[in-house]
Amino acid sequence: MTATLTVSVGAAHGRILSVAGYRPDRIVTNDELCERIDSSDEWIRERSGIIERRYAATDQSVADMAAIAAADALARAGIDPARVGMVLVASVTHPYPTPSAAAEVADRIGAVAAAAMDIAAACAGFCYGIEVANALIRTGSAEFVLVIGVEKLSDWINPDDRGTAFLFADGAGAVVLGPSDQPAIGPVVWGADGSQLDAITMTQSLIEYKNEGGPIFPALEMQGQQVFRWAVGEISKVAQQALDVAGITADDLDAFIPHQANMRITDAIVRALKLPEHVPVARDIAYTGNTSAASIPLAMQAMLDAGEIPHGGTALIIGFGAGLVFAAQVVTLP
Amino acid sequence: MSQEILDGLAVIVNEVAGVPVEDVQSDKSFVDDLDIDSLSMVEVVMAAEDKWGVKIPDSEVKNLKTVGDAVAYIAANQ
Repeated sequence: MTATLTVSVGAAHGRILSVAGYRPDRIVTNDELCERIDSSDEWIRERSGIIERRYAATDQSVADMAAIAAADALARAGIDPARVGMVLVASVTHPYPTPSAAAEVADRIGAVAAAAMDIAAACAGFCYGIEVANALIRTGSAEFVLVIGVEKLSDWINPDDRGTAFLFADGAGAVVLGPSDQPAIGPVVWGADGSQLDAITMTQSLIEYKNEGGPIFPALEMQGQQVFRWAVGEISKVAQQALDVAGITADDLDAFIPHQANMRITDAIVRALKLPEHVPVARDIAYTGNTSAASIPLAMQAMLDAGEIPHGGTALIIGFGAGLVFAAQVVTLP
Repeated sequence: MSQEILDGLAVIVNEVAGVPVEDVQSDKSFVDDLDIDSLSMVEVVMAAEDKWGVKIPDSEVKNLKTVGDAVAYIAANQ
């Protein structure tokens, strides 16, 4: 006899209830980096729009930064940590394959009833997390979900690589998602193109380094022109698709918050999308650098706190990066 | 034919990098004369691919030093 199972019943919709960010104290200027690379402040500004970035302290971990941002996001949402059903940490710089950063963060913020797992989707990790969280809420697997994008990329940079050393930085951004009567997260447009694994990768695997040694500790490396071409050509189409499936046009947006990869990529996507001039565009990279999974929530928090974009407004968010992977959705701002 | 491509390329370079159309001449170097950096060059290439239906792989882009190189490549591969 086949038993009839009871299944969970979720909320009609999910929504982002709050956003918070953590920026490490240490400011790193272009001039400081140029002591190691053959470059200049002017060149870095022109090629990336980055004026300065933040590095975490040597003894400050991915989980440390994530816990600060997560606790702030819960406080802003007014949600008891014990009510969180899932902690999702999007990161590629937690230095332990296991245990996860998410389990550590859940414990440290008092999310005693939460499941926890990490998401390895690089610079798309935050948007992947939003979709997973939304699905969990709508299926009843969790009532409240924390999504934390966090990176300590300074640990994984080759400071002598003039193509990447100036780009990457550290930080954390967190959002709390919960149930909503009204639609507040549009359908995700996402995917992965593993045929372009080499576009952004590591110089070597950690195991190769252990067994065979190597010239440097494994670090990020990137084919800049290939990534730029993909971002401008494909990602602008993904952004348009996310608007289309949400049933809105660029004119309806109150904010465009792309992953802060490079100011030039942002500019090119804005041109390709024909984004109306009245839509504010996140340009947090200027003082934050490229913080991968953390960049979208950090930019969202900064724009909201500065009053540049309205609470309850409509934003297009899009993450894209190593994999190559991407995800975009239209969301209602917290 | 080549003149048509040159004219079209001049419009693209103008749109991407703000270089005056009349400055985009066959003997001009993208980098040294027109101040087109590697990222702008990618945008020029992508626009050219769309306009003339050619494929210009990244490995080929670095060989396109002058505007004339690009015009010749597009004309030959159209």
